[in-house]
Amino acid sequence: MKVLIVDYGMGNLASVARAIEVAGGRAMISLSPMDIKKASHIVLPGVGAFPDAMHALHHGGWVESLIEAFNVQCIPALGICLGMQLLADYGEEHGITPGLGIIGGRVCQMVPQAGERLPHVGWNEVIQVKQSELFARTEPSADYYFVHKYHFNAANQESILATSNYAGGFVSAIQREHVFGVQFHPEKSSKNGLQLIRNFLAMG
Amino acid sequence: MPLAKRIIPCLDVTAGRVVKGVNFLELRDAGDPVEIAKRYNDQGADELTFLDITASSDDRDLILHVIEAVASQVFIPLTVGGGVRKADDVRRLLNAGADKVSINTTAVSNPEVVEQAASRFGSQAIVVAIDAKATDASNSRWEVFTHGGRRATGLDAVEWALKMQQLGAGEILLTSMDRDGTKIGFNLPLTRAVSDAVDIPVIASGGVGNLQHLVDGVKQGHADAVLAASIFHFGEYSVRQAKEAMHAAGIEVRF
Repeated sequence: MKVLIVDYGMGNLASVARAIEVAGGRAMISLSPMDIKKASHIVLPGVGAFPDAMHALHHGGWVESLIEAFNVQCIPALGICLGMQLLADYGEEHGITPGLGIIGGRVCQMVPQAGERLPHVGWNEVIQVKQSELFARTEPSADYYFVHKYHFNAANQESILATSNYAGGFVSAIQREHVFGVQFHPEKSSKNGLQLIRNFLAMG
Repeated sequence: MPLAKRIIPCLDVTAGRVVKGVNFLELRDAGDPVEIAKRYNDQGADELTFLDITASSDDRDLILHVIEAVASQVFIPLTVGGGVRKADDVRRLLNAGADKVSINTTAVSNPEVVEQAASRFGSQAIVVAIDAKATDASNSRWEVFTHGGRRATGLDAVEWALKMQQLGAGEILLTSMDRDGTKIGFNLPLTRAVSDAVDIPVIASGGVGNLQHLVDGVKQGHADAVLAASIFHFGEYSVRQAKEAMHAAGIEVRF
């Protein structure tokens, strides 16, 4: 298993790489879309703002290659946090920015309810709404670690794998065929997070 | 469902070892940081905090090696503090494997470092640590101290926390110097005053001696997370026992 981690300059990739290695994969942090042909899996990480991230992906020449890898080559892929959000049609952070358009939906700011704070930081329960191999052998309704203030508003109900209760409820995992997105950080979510990464590596 | 309240074991690190002091003095060796971190991870700790308490700038890079070693084996959020003077120091710690960086003395001497770091790395990565001491016996006003508790600043702790939130801090790590290492419980009036004043999460620190103190920190101090060192280091309680006590008191925790 050679797992390409897309390095477009947003966030620290070392923890993602270490978690992949511990889960039994070989992590390849890459600055070049040319590396996609060597990869069995793709991880799109990311911390930061949606427009900056799309700009960086365009600048690094990633956009078309990733769309092709996801839609044509059908390489199993996992978007983490902002990386999940980039799979959407567009983001609404600081104005409208087109996303990769892999999974229908838009990314909007969360609306905290009384007594809630933004960003949503910490451990929260992930409630599976659809059976998926991604969550195989994880504990049911386990908590995972979140850090975000925008959320993925899915266009199709069928793409929603899991939800979490905060800011009126939001989508915490999505899927379209072999492309997955998780709003939480599996690489920081202890044993259940590592199991989820193992499950992802077992796909394809 | 509200977010789980967090239990955060704190590892004070100097010369590559975990130590623990009383009222910021009298250091006692508690062991190897990687071994201790793994133990807390296995017990279900929600995060770990590492404070580099090396007084001089010698051995400053040691903490980077400690963080790298811990981050390669422990997959929960790590906060690292101590000796951060500029935004670039934050970057080095994040690259070594920290998820959040805590800024203390520099926040007072150069508040713009907090602002720069928050805009560069996001508020979620920036914790401002406040060491506070009651100004008189009434325990109703608290002054901020820096340099590991050695230097008074004249700043009011509650106002300071608000200012740090404004500059982009994502969290406040609030330590009562009066209580640190005393094992008589958090300074609850201080914790509550700061928690109620700011909108960002507050981590209560300083003084935990038993599990009821953790419960009090959340219920009476209104803290979002509780930090403790000695009760865990010297084997009096496990993180698991702490969570069971909090759960029994009706507090949402992660198991």
